[in-house]
Parts: sequence; structure tokens; C-alpha cells
Amino acid sequence: MTKKLLATPFAERVRAVVFHRRVVFGVPFAWLLLFFLLPFALVLKISLTSAVMAIPPYEPVFRFVDNTLSVVVNFGNYLFLASDSLYVAAYWGSLKTAFLATLFCLLIGYPMAYAIARAPKHWQLVFLLMVMLPSWTSFLIRVYAWMGILGNQGLLNTFLMWLGLIDSPLKMLNTNFAVILGIVYAYLPFMILPIYTNLVKLDIRLLEAASDLGCRSMTTFWAITLPLSKAGILAGSMLVFIPAVGEFVIPELLGGPDTLMIGKVLWEEFFNNRDWPVASALAIVMLALLLVPIVLFHRFQAREMEKNG
Amino acid sequence: MVRLRAPGFSKTMLVLGMLFLYLPMVVLIVYSFNASRLVSVWAGFSTKWYGALFANEQILSAVWMSLRIAFYSASMAVCLGTLCAFVIARFKKMRGRTLLSSMITAPLVMPEVITGLSLLLLFVQMAQLIGWPADRGMATIWIAHTTFCSAYVAVVVSARLREVDRSIEEAAMDLGCTPLKTFFVITLPVIAPALVSGWLLAFTLSLDDLVIASFVSGPGATTLPMVVFSSVRMGVSPEINALATIIIAVVSVIAFIAWFWMRRAEKRRLRPR
Repeated sequence: MTKKLLATPFAERVRAVVFHRRVVFGVPFAWLLLFFLLPFALVLKISLTSAVMAIPPYEPVFRFVDNTLSVVVNFGNYLFLASDSLYVAAYWGSLKTAFLATLFCLLIGYPMAYAIARAPKHWQLVFLLMVMLPSWTSFLIRVYAWMGILGNQGLLNTFLMWLGLIDSPLKMLNTNFAVILGIVYAYLPFMILPIYTNLVKLDIRLLEAASDLGCRSMTTFWAITLPLSKAGILAGSMLVFIPAVGEFVIPELLGGPDTLMIGKVLWEEFFNNRDWPVASALAIVMLALLLVPIVLFHRFQAREMEKNG
Repeated sequence: MVRLRAPGFSKTMLVLGMLFLYLPMVVLIVYSFNASRLVSVWAGFSTKWYGALFANEQILSAVWMSLRIAFYSASMAVCLGTLCAFVIARFKKMRGRTLLSSMITAPLVMPEVITGLSLLLLFVQMAQLIGWPADRGMATIWIAHTTFCSAYVAVVVSARLREVDRSIEEAAMDLGCTPLKTFFVITLPVIAPALVSGWLLAFTLSLDDLVIASFVSGPGATTLPMVVFSSVRMGVSPEINALATIIIAVVSVIAFIAWFWMRRAEKRRLRPR
């Protein structure tokens, strides 16, 4: 067997390698081009059409009638988004909510990741599994759990009234507070994980050197640990912030009528108003707002995936 | 090695953070055994909501649908994600590699409403041009889930691929193994654990997805998250508490097995030979 393979001419083997490389590259490339990149081009195209009562519910951009190709581009949807204060407020509300939720995730997640990274090795695995386990159950059900806790007749209000701290139930469910709490709860594992991976690789000798030279532990933390974990903080924050901006389930279940978030507005434009062009324009503007964070995250992730050893 | 004393603050935060993560789940489990429909009243222990859950045809058929979609999506995502991981980790000079690596990392953070909307528009356009998919359902959800799950598989597999000792592969090739055979005999056994964890991750992600599936699904295909969503939109429902308890129990058992397995592998590695 081996002898036979050795006998194959060198050129043939090179050709086999090249062929394999083409297949390995070509299959996922074609799939992602068709099912990831091309759809965005279509969203852009349809955001430039106007809605009609038809199937599909938008006008074509290219029309070929009487040997003339006419291209009809409609910027009306974008002008409409800019002129209606509802949409501007929804974008602003999403960015604000996502920013606050990311901040709280960082404040809770960083110390947790730090404690896990400093724990004995066999405990680290247990803690990591414990952090990840909730995210392997159901996202929807974890958000739903808070409905029973925060409601007017919910567990928290019943408990607080039993303690005598409050006389009448506090309105917690269907507020912006509940939305931020829900995002922090659902996305916390995604903040902890990258920070942990970063902290666990931290060269312990640097900390020892600092402490030998008389650095107090707080000073060591601010001067060495925190700056060196910048990459983990950035990755964790992007993993929380970007999906949180477009979040639909959490504002829908925990938010109230005054909760304006763009993911929910897009959903309603699409499913309730059946206005596909406006929904597409909303998506394009959201993508434009998120472009800088997405590029930042991509650069971090690409570096992580290409590193050797 | 001197282990530096962790400040008490971070340990306290770890305990509080774990309580924060687990208390709501404990509440769900406890109330799934509550005889009353209301959260504020404890009317005694009962398993009647489990009975109601298993009598609910709609939920059961949605569970079956979701499990099938998750199985197919995870399997396809492992194939595509592994190929992507290979390109990113190995083919450093390939043309188009940068584009591929951007397309594979972007779904990790892309808001679901955007992914869902864009894929639906693609399927509508495809139906107009080539007549497929004539009606949306399982196949379209499968394509959508495969696409975003591949990204997660690529991350998991590329991490493992970096640790593979390339000299063994090179030795096999020098001895006349074809690239394909080298992959199956040398590389595959080494990255197998990553493929398993990538598959499991993709499976749970697919089972869990509501937003993308809602966009690309048609009237024929209702997945479990869609049923759960339409029922919890109306408010707290004890049947959903029972379902949540079952999901949490299953995931915990699998996580425990994974922990046990990883611990045994770790011990075996550390044992002196």
C-alpha cells in the first residue's frame, strides 16, 4: 500500500493537494457567499423599493419593458426613517439600553472571570461549566423566568411586601429596568468567557515581580492585570453589545409600551405592518450603526483564530 | 508556584453572580411543582403540569420538529465549520481567505433580526427566480441554522486545530499518504473532541433559536421556541415551567457527563507514565 503511494509521481501528488485545497476552500465559501453575503445585498436592494400590496410585497428595482431597462430607486424609506421621531428614538433607545447592559455585564462579569481564573485548576472547569450551563438551556425560558419574578404579583414583590419594605407592588415588569436586567442575565456568560480565557493566560511572573517589588495588590491590578486583559474585555463587550442592540425577545417579553428598541420595531414593521421595504431600511441603518463594533470584533476574533500554539 | 491570594471582592462577586444566574432557574423548577396557576400562591406539591405538558400535542410535535432540525443543522454545521477552520488555520496565503474569515465571524455577533430578515428575502427571491423553495419550512430553517451554527463550530474547531502537532501530518504525507487519508487517519482523531463539542453547541443553538426561525419558517413548520413564545407572551404558564424543568434537567445531566469525561481525560494526561 505504502509502496504504491510512494510510487505515484510527485506532480500527481501536488495536483491532489491543490485539488483538496480547492474543495476545502470552495464549499464553505460558496455556501457563505450564497446564504450570508448575498442576502445582505438583497436587503439593501429591497430597502430601495416601495411597498405594494402584492406577493412579494415590494416593487421591482429593475424593469425590462419595451426593450428598455429602467432602474427605479426609491430613497423614500430612508427619508421616512429620518423624519419619523419614533425610529430615531428607537435607535437611540437600543444603543442606550445595550450600552448600559454591557456596562453592567462587565462590572459583574469581570470580577467573576477573575475569581475563576485564580481558582485551583480543577475548580476552574467546574465554574466554567456552571457559567455556561444556563446558556445551553433555553434563552427564551430564561427570559421568561423573570416574568414570574418581576411581575406585580411576582415573587420579588410578594417577598418585599412580606418583609414590609413596601406597601404596594413596585412596577418592575414591563419597564426599561426589566429589559436591562434581562439582557445582563442572558448575556453574562458571553462576557465572562473571553475575559476568563484572557486572564488565565496572564503571565503570573509579572504579578509576582510586581509584588516582590512592593506593589500593593490593588495597584498591581490597575497597572498590570487590567491593561493586559484589554483584548478580553473588548471581545466580551462586543459579544454583548452588538446582539443586544438588535434584541427582540427581551424587550418584547420584559419591556413595556414605552420601551423603544429597534429589533422590536423591525419585527413589527415586518410581521404586523407587512412593510418589507421599511423593515429592510431599518436593518441597513442598524448594520451601518454597528459596523464599527462588528469590525472591531472581527479583528479580535480573526487574530484569536489564526494564532499558532 | 506562589499562588497569589485573590482579593475577597472577586470571590464574593463569583458567589453572588452564580446566585444571580441560578436563582431564576430554581424558581422555575420549584413552581413547576406548584398546584396553583399563580406564582404568588403555593397551593401544594403537584405534578399535574407535567401531565398537561405530555398531553399537549402541539408542544410534542414542535419538540420533534425542533429536534430533527437541530440534528440536521448541527451535522451540516460541523462539516462546513470544520472546513472553514481548516482554511483559516492552515491556508495562510489562499486568495479569498480574508473574505471567508469575515463571513464566518460575522454571524457570531450579527443581530438575529437582521440575519432572519436577510435570509427570508433571499428565499423569496430564489422562489421567484428558480422556483425553490416553493414553500418555506424545515429546509429553509435548516439552511438558516446551518449558516449561523457553522460560525460557532469554526471557532471551537480552529482552537483545537492550533494545538495539533503538524509534524505528524507532515510525516504521514512524506510517507506517501494522500491529504485526504492524512486527514482521516491523523487529524480527525486528534480534533474529534472539538467536533463533538462543536456539534453539541450547534445542536443547542439550533434548538434555542426563535427569531431567525420565525422569519424563514412557513405555516407548515412550527418549532418549539415558537410555541413557547406564543404561550409566554400571554403571561406566566405552569406548563412552560414544567418544560423548562425538563430542559434544565437534561442539559445538567449532559454537562455533568461532559465534566466527568473531561476530568478523567485530564487525570490520565497528568498521570506519570
